[in-house]
Amino acid sequence: MEDIEHIPKELKLIDAKGIRLDGRRADELRPIKIEAGVLKKADGSAYLEWGNNKVLAAVYGPREAHPRHLQDPAKALVQCRYNMAPFSVTDRKRPGPDRRSVEISKVISEAFSAVVFVEQFPRTSVDVYIEVLQADAGTRCAGLTAASVALADAGIPMRDLVTSCASGKIGGVVALDLNKDEDNFGEADCPMAIVPRTGEIVLLQMDGHLTAAEFDEAMELSIGAAKQIYELQRDALRRRFASVAEAAQREAEREPPREEPPREMPPEMPEDLPPEVDDL
Amino acid sequence: MTAEVISELLREHINRLAATGKRTDGRAFDEPRPLTVQKNYIKNAEGSARVQLGDTDVLVGVKIDVGEPYPDTPNQGVLSTSAELVPLASPTFEAGPPSPTAIELARVVDRGIRESKTVNTEKLCITPKEKVWIMFIDIHALDYDGNLFDAASYGALAALSCAKVPASKIGKEDYPLPLEHWPISVTAAKIGGNVLVDPNLDEERIAAARITVTTDENGDIRAMQKGLRGSFSLDEVRAAIRTSQRVGKGLRGIIQRA
Amino acid sequence: MDGSAPERREVVIPGDLLNGHGLKPGSGTFNEGGRIYAARVGIVAEREGFVDVIPLSGRYIPRPGDVIIGKITDLGPSHWLVDINSPYPAPLNAKETPWMVEFGDTDRYLRVGDVILAEIVSVDEAMRVQLSMADRQFGRLTGGQVLDISPAKVPRLIGRDGSMVALIREFTNVRMFVGQNGRIWIDGDPEGVHHAAHVIKVIDASGPAPGLTDQVRAYLEAAYGRRATTPAERDDDGRH
Repeated sequence: MEDIEHIPKELKLIDAKGIRLDGRRADELRPIKIEAGVLKKADGSAYLEWGNNKVLAAVYGPREAHPRHLQDPAKALVQCRYNMAPFSVTDRKRPGPDRRSVEISKVISEAFSAVVFVEQFPRTSVDVYIEVLQADAGTRCAGLTAASVALADAGIPMRDLVTSCASGKIGGVVALDLNKDEDNFGEADCPMAIVPRTGEIVLLQMDGHLTAAEFDEAMELSIGAAKQIYELQRDALRRRFASVAEAAQREAEREPPREEPPREMPPEMPEDLPPEVDDL
Repeated sequence: MTAEVISELLREHINRLAATGKRTDGRAFDEPRPLTVQKNYIKNAEGSARVQLGDTDVLVGVKIDVGEPYPDTPNQGVLSTSAELVPLASPTFEAGPPSPTAIELARVVDRGIRESKTVNTEKLCITPKEKVWIMFIDIHALDYDGNLFDAASYGALAALSCAKVPASKIGKEDYPLPLEHWPISVTAAKIGGNVLVDPNLDEERIAAARITVTTDENGDIRAMQKGLRGSFSLDEVRAAIRTSQRVGKGLRGIIQRA
Repeated sequence: MDGSAPERREVVIPGDLLNGHGLKPGSGTFNEGGRIYAARVGIVAEREGFVDVIPLSGRYIPRPGDVIIGKITDLGPSHWLVDINSPYPAPLNAKETPWMVEFGDTDRYLRVGDVILAEIVSVDEAMRVQLSMADRQFGRLTGGQVLDISPAKVPRLIGRDGSMVALIREFTNVRMFVGQNGRIWIDGDPEGVHHAAHVIKVIDASGPAPGLTDQVRAYLEAAYGRRATTPAERDDDGRH
């Protein structure tokens, strides 16, 4: 990577006091900010900043699955497309999918398929689009975390939100949430996604070198951080819907809305039948 | 793009309004939607801007890298423009290789910038015939509510206007991209017998024809593009040029001040 | 309510444990290990022994009996295909119309792009939908315009016993039909349509939640310079 020059070889990614180059401790997350419902055309959306990562996620659906032969008569497909904008990285990335983004899309789709009540929407697809606008390591975790909020924003029924985080090893120390330099020069990176309520791991990848004990340590860090991130996701959704909630509550206190008969207005139908009809 | 059936009610409604000089969102025929511009939105890009034209939202990034010049312009930098209509931005956009729509969009934006000599490309030469700076303009649609042409071209201009040439990469000092002109495109749609500036999505969907006129700060024409299956009379084209000159002034100011 | 303020229920989020003691899991919820959880973003409501989560967002899912506004997207010799703003396209059989449609003659009656008012007569387990336009209150809509709102907001637009719609009609005099699928058809004089459309947008965007009816009434009273004849509704927050 072209960023290498500014880090001298002998420089330690983490010092004797356990402080990292960006000033964090080993168990500290970068700052995270989430906002739900940021796009007009999508059924659900979220914007997320995580350190220097900037990510947008949109959900469309459930909608008719295309092409038709993909339709599952018993359930909805959850289809994720993770994409990096060409200007999101230091060296311009050619537009369009590469092998890395296809793989990430696949494992994120599978992670969400574990929580979405897919059997409620046979023959449809729930399309999840993640656009990485600015990348600084950890984009799949940022994208998945944002997409989870977008799914809830879209009203997709699910067992829980999914929360994602990574831990790795830098300068011989297991550390949470590696930034780009740490990812490039560290010894290992291990992104995961979890269903916080149940503790189920729904995404797990790892590259580098960890002992089994270090893996346990890394997972402990990630699971602890996921709890914080989960609260940020939930807070974003509460803020998004706070203003609607109270008024909707009044509706809820009477008969359920679905029973609302449309009786109050059979429209005076215009005389609109085609002339031929009158002849029949 | 997936084909979309247009509701006849929508078509009649917009036509009926237009016949009385009105639009669905209350604008005058020659009134663009509010434009907001945020420059330097992406730190990994040499220049960038997020532009909202009404509810249309576009992010444009400029990356500047060392590359080879074209043989016929050995001492000039190179401009390359691409657009991605990612499916995040609209239910009608599909993943896949660039659609003809995306290619036309990128080329029309490119033409306005190129033909008005927005950037002095001679100042982007490193070693004649060998090394020059290449500008990659990447247009990324985020939310599509009509008239991507203008939103993208304002985004591209804004991103160029704050871009820095990363000369420190070759042991020199970074310097601002040498920007010399401010081309502004103004797109209009023909609906019934009327020509409406900056069509929103509903208007765009029922438009018979579309015209984009890019003018510079002197009011001279630098690029044009007529689109869709309908046609314009010569008088309508002349009117579109006058409108572009007039409306473009205000928009140029917004982009310069952002 | 009178005296005792109602319990403020917060927005629930998928995975939230609901206080479903003695209740059965209703719509928008699920049961896991004997506990009831929210399956979607919404607010909690209890009725008839069930605990439900009333959604605040989401696409329209067809249900039998719903009256909807649809758009013809395709046709065959004896049916039309209708976009009902849901994940499921809905066929309308020629027999389910007031007309005697001969085989192959469908486009004499409804064409691609036409907008209709129809009823959902059935939805099977695979979410195959059947529409009907046979009743005389249904048919093709002409004139006017269709506004789209979030289907989750339809109950709010209708209001308690139709009060919100009645309020909008009283002032604006528009003809209006609220499809359960989030499509609203309105027609009338330009000023009335303008104000009605504004109010519909406000309701869709939701604004400050308490006293939505008051807010709409105040807007309409100001726009028309007169008071509403319908009595102010008693809001549940005890303001009246």
